[in-house]
Amino acid sequence: MSSHAETVHDPVFVGDTLAKLEALYPKYPTKMALLLPALWMVQEARGWVSEGGVIEVGEKLGLTPAYVRGVVSFYTMYHTHPVGRHFIQVCTTSPCNICGAEDVVKSLLRHTGCGELGATSPDGRFTVVEVECLGACGFATPILVDDDTVESVTPENVPTILARYP
Amino acid sequence: MGYPYPSHPKETPVLSKHFGEVEARTFDGWVARGGYEALKKALAMTPEEIVAEVKASGLRGRGGAGFPTGMKWSFMPKDDGKPHYLCCNADESEPGTFKDREIIRWTPHALIEGCAIGCLGIRAETCYIYIRGEFTEPWHILVAAVAEAYAKGALGENAFGSGRRIDIVVHRGAGAYICGEETALMNSIEGRRGNPRVKPPFPAVAGLFGMPTTINNVETLAAVPVILTRGSAWYAGLSLSSPKSTGSKLFSVCGHVQRPGTYEITMGLPMRELIYDMCGGMLPGRTLKAVIPGGSSVPIMNAADIEDCPMDYEGIVAHGSMLGSGGMIVMDDTTDMVYQVMRLARFYADESCAQCTNCREGTAWTTKILERILAGEGKPTDLDLLLSLADNMTGKTICVLSDSCAVPVVSGLQKFRGEFEAYLSGATAPVTAGV
Ligand SMILES: Cc1cc2nc3c(=O)[nH]c(=O)nc-3n(C[C@H](O)[C@H](O)[C@H](O)COP(=O)(O)O)c2cc1C
Ligand code: SF4
Ligand code: FES
Repeated sequence: MSSHAETVHDPVFVGDTLAKLEALYPKYPTKMALLLPALWMVQEARGWVSEGGVIEVGEKLGLTPAYVRGVVSFYTMYHTHPVGRHFIQVCTTSPCNICGAEDVVKSLLRHTGCGELGATSPDGRFTVVEVECLGACGFATPILVDDDTVESVTPENVPTILARYP
Repeated sequence: MGYPYPSHPKETPVLSKHFGEVEARTFDGWVARGGYEALKKALAMTPEEIVAEVKASGLRGRGGAGFPTGMKWSFMPKDDGKPHYLCCNADESEPGTFKDREIIRWTPHALIEGCAIGCLGIRAETCYIYIRGEFTEPWHILVAAVAEAYAKGALGENAFGSGRRIDIVVHRGAGAYICGEETALMNSIEGRRGNPRVKPPFPAVAGLFGMPTTINNVETLAAVPVILTRGSAWYAGLSLSSPKSTGSKLFSVCGHVQRPGTYEITMGLPMRELIYDMCGGMLPGRTLKAVIPGGSSVPIMNAADIEDCPMDYEGIVAHGSMLGSGGMIVMDDTTDMVYQVMRLARFYADESCAQCTNCREGTAWTTKILERILAGEGKPTDLDLLLSLADNMTGKTICVLSDSCAVPVVSGLQKFRGEFEAYLSGATAPVTAGV
C-alpha cells in the first residue's frame, strides 16, 4: 500500500456533508439512487474514494461494499487511488487528435514532470490522464484541470497554464 | 449564434439567440427576454394540448435518433396512477458534439422551462437532468439556475401558483459515454453500473425506477418553450425542409475549419454553406478530405458526398450519412484516415460496457487490427477481417454502441480504401487522396 493510503477511515458523512446527503433523500424514491452523489461527496472531501469511503457509503445507503465497489469501478471519474494535487484530463479523441492533442499530452507530461500517463509527479503536484471526448471539441485541445475546463491548449501554452496551479 | 463568434447572417438564432449574454443565465434576465411565458401558458393547458402542439411542430429528437418528440410523449400512459418521470439527457459525450453544453451554460432557464413543460406534457412531477461529470462549469450554472427557479416559485409544489408540482433534480454522472444511452442513463441515476437494458420493456412502460419514463436530449427540451410561445406553425416554417425536418438546429462544428463553434441554422441549409461560409472553410492551403456530419457514430463522407448535401435528416441520409447529434467533424488533407478510424474504434472499445460479447470483443479486436495495420504489420486479409467483424457487431447487441464502432470502419474502408491498402503494402506515410 502506498504511504498515502489511509489506515483508519475518518468518517466523511458528519456535519455539513451529512446534512447535504440527507437533503437529497426526498429527491429520489430509493436510497440507492444517492450512490453517485454520495461518492462525489467522498471524493470532494478526500480527493479520492478509499476502501473506507466505500464502506461508509455502503453503510449509509444500505448497500454492501462489494456492490459499491462494483459501481465505483464502472465510472472513470472516481479515483480509487490518491492522485496529484491537480488532476489533469486531456482529450485525445479524433476531433482533438487531428488538431494536435497528442503533442499536448507530450508537453503536459514533460512540463509536469509526470513522465507517463497516470503517474503522479515526484513533487505530488500533478497527475495527467488521457480521456475520451470532453464535449468541447471545437476548442481543441481542451483539458480539465481539477474542475476547470481549459480550452485551446497547445504544446506551447502548457507552461503558462500549469503555473496557475501551484 | 456561432458561439464563440458573433452571429453569422446565414444563421437562424432561435435557441442560441442569447448565447454569450451572461444576464440570460439569471431568472430575471431570462424573464426580461420573454422567458417563463411558455411555462405559464403550459400550466393552463391539458397534457393532450401540449403534446398536440409539440407534434404539430414536427420537432424531432436532437440526441441522435431523430425520433418525433410529440409522438414519444404520446406513448406515456394516461390514467395508470403510477408516478411518471422525465429524464433530460445532458450526457453529451458523442465525439464532435458540444452544443448542449452551450445551451446549459448560456440559457439554463430555457432548459429548465422545457423540462417543466415536458413534465406537464407527460404527466410527470419530477424531471432528472443527467449531466456528464466532466461538465463542471455547466453543472454549477445549471444547479444555480434550478435553485433560482425554485426560489422564484417557477418550480416546486405549487409552480407559479398553479397548484401543480414540478420538481427538477440535477444528477451528475461520473465519466462513462455509455450513460448517454437512455436505459444506461436510467440505471446510472438509480445508483447502478451504467449498463444498457434489454428492450422491451421500453421506457414509456417501465423506465426510471421501473415507472413510465420519457427521455429527451437537452436541445429537444430547450426547443419546447419557443414552440409554445411562437406556435408550432412558426417553428415548422423556420425550415427549408418542412414537413419532415422542421425548425432550427444547432450544429457544433470542429476539426479543421477556420472558425469551429456552435452554429444554429434552419434545417435544409446546404452543408457547404455551413462549412465554407459560416465556419470560414479550410485553413490556408488545405483542402477538405472528409466530414463526419453527426457525431462519431455516423458514416464518414468524402468531399464529393458533401456537394449538394442539405443539412436535414433526409438529405444527409440521401448523401450517405446521418444527421445524428449534429456534431460535425471536418477533416482536411493532412488527416491520416487509417489512424483516425483506429482512434474512433478505440473510443468505442474504451467505452463499451462489456455486457455483449460481440461488442466487447469486436471493439477491442477492431482496434487491435487497425493498430497492427498502422504499425506496418497488417496482413493481406485484415481488411476483409475488419469488415466481417463489423458485420458481427451490427444489429446483434443490446444497444447500438457496437454498431457505432462498425460505422467508421465500414465507411472509412468504402471511402478511403487506398489509404488502408497503402499501409498494407508497406507505405509508412499516409496516402491522402480520398476515393
Ligand atoms: C451509446 C449511446 C450514447 C448516447 N449518448 C447520448 C448523449 O450523450 N446525449 C443524448 O442526448 N443522447 C444520447 N444517445 C441517444 C439516447 O439514447 C436517446 O435516444 C436520446 O437521449 C433521446 O432523446 P431525443 O429523442 O430528444 O433525441 C446515445 C445513444 C447511444 C446508443
Ligand atoms: S452493445 Fe456494447 S455498450 Fe451496448 S450494451 Fe452491449 S456491450 Fe454494452
Ligand atoms: S473530441 Fe476532444 S473534446 Fe470532443
